[in-house]
Amino acid sequence: MSRTALLLLADGRFPAGGHAHSGGMEAAVASGCVHDTAGLEAFCRGRLHTAGLTAAGLAAAAATGHDPLALDEAADTRTPAPALRRIARSLGRQLMRAARVTWPGAELDHLARHRPQGAHQPIVLGVTARAAGLSPLDAAHAAAYESVGGPATAAVRLLSLDPFEATSVLARLAGDCDAVAAAAAEAAERVAAEGVTVLPAVSAPLLDITGEQHAARPVRLFAS
Amino acid sequence: MHLDHPLTMPHRYTHSADPERPDGSHRALRIGFGGPVGSGKTATVAALCRTLRDRLSIAVVTNDIYTQEDAAFLRREAVLPPERITAVETGACPHTAIRDDISANLEAVEQLEQDLGPLDLILIESGGDNLTATFSRGLADTQVFVIDVASGDDIPRKGGPGITTADLLVVNKTDLAPYVGADLDTMRADTRRQRGDLPYAFTSLTAPDGIRPVTDWVTERLAAWHAGVPR
Repeated sequence: MSRTALLLLADGRFPAGGHAHSGGMEAAVASGCVHDTAGLEAFCRGRLHTAGLTAAGLAAAAATGHDPLALDEAADTRTPAPALRRIARSLGRQLMRAARVTWPGAELDHLARHRPQGAHQPIVLGVTARAAGLSPLDAAHAAAYESVGGPATAAVRLLSLDPFEATSVLARLAGDCDAVAAAAAEAAERVAAEGVTVLPAVSAPLLDITGEQHAARPVRLFAS
Repeated sequence: MHLDHPLTMPHRYTHSADPERPDGSHRALRIGFGGPVGSGKTATVAALCRTLRDRLSIAVVTNDIYTQEDAAFLRREAVLPPERITAVETGACPHTAIRDDISANLEAVEQLEQDLGPLDLILIESGGDNLTATFSRGLADTQVFVIDVASGDDIPRKGGPGITTADLLVVNKTDLAPYVGADLDTMRADTRRQRGDLPYAFTSLTAPDGIRPVTDWVTERLAAWHAGVPR
């Protein structure tokens, strides 16, 4: 594997549309649930161990080369909120665009052809990692880190938080991110033999509910 | 029970458009409109639509910062049918969405072409930003930067990438010059100095046919686009 390829894929500057999304942070700020650095940390920890773990499992499984269309269905099953399904597919389509130029290959083309409106973002992330020569564990790391990196950046913009404090939150979550990625990759290894049901399916009901509410808000900074 | 229904699982039933039109003709010309908040980007886009919609097939992508205000304005003014206007959200960072990470805007552009069939012109309006906000060439084929007289007559002198490099600079609201003490001759001289041979237009959209200089420029660009002349 190329460690640099992982840095590139996980870089917030990778042009795949993520900058317009807060991962539920804007809704949490609007409802008053998150208003300081401690709240940011609690939110990120919760998101990492629920939506983050689920995304990491799907991404790792896609990076093993398992059928991405079957995994895309598994992602639908694990995403009950229609608004969040739409967002996941939209972000998947945007990542696909960037990935096909950055690491062109037949597997990305295959998925794009069968999901022209976008596959779920973690599936595209896993297939992209594979195209970049990365391992399932790398893909899981990228998904886990992304599940907290987006909300932390959004919180800096939404709450005018100290950016150093927000970054230190991510540093404190590094151990949790590693553990989530390892668990996700371990599950992904078993998919070929045991099927997609072994993948994590941890939901965050409040993120699902506020995700729907946020999609209906007329005034907002972030798309999700 | 059959759950695999086109209405609930649309992604399984749709197919992406070919990168080329079947007849091998050009895709739509994409023109970006950037500039500071309140300079008249939306008014310029609206006036262009009203003037050109009878002879060209047009669609608009707006990039609002935190509302759908610009898209709603264009729909309310009925400058185009509502299905021809799409809003993109930019996560508090309008210049990122038109320059550094253009994926959401490209999605919107391609979706419009896919839904509406061949178009002549797609106008992409940036969210109001600062003097450095320019469009990526991966998103817009050509770009217009809109400033206005009322924001200060020293803006052309200050320059910046929008003012010096845009394919057309529009200095709008010239009718307000006497009320805000703006010296149009100075603005014109500074504009010429900053832009060299690049074109510019001083406009007042409240005047009858005040959009004319911009319409003429767009018509020229479109002719060049069809003739295969780059930029």
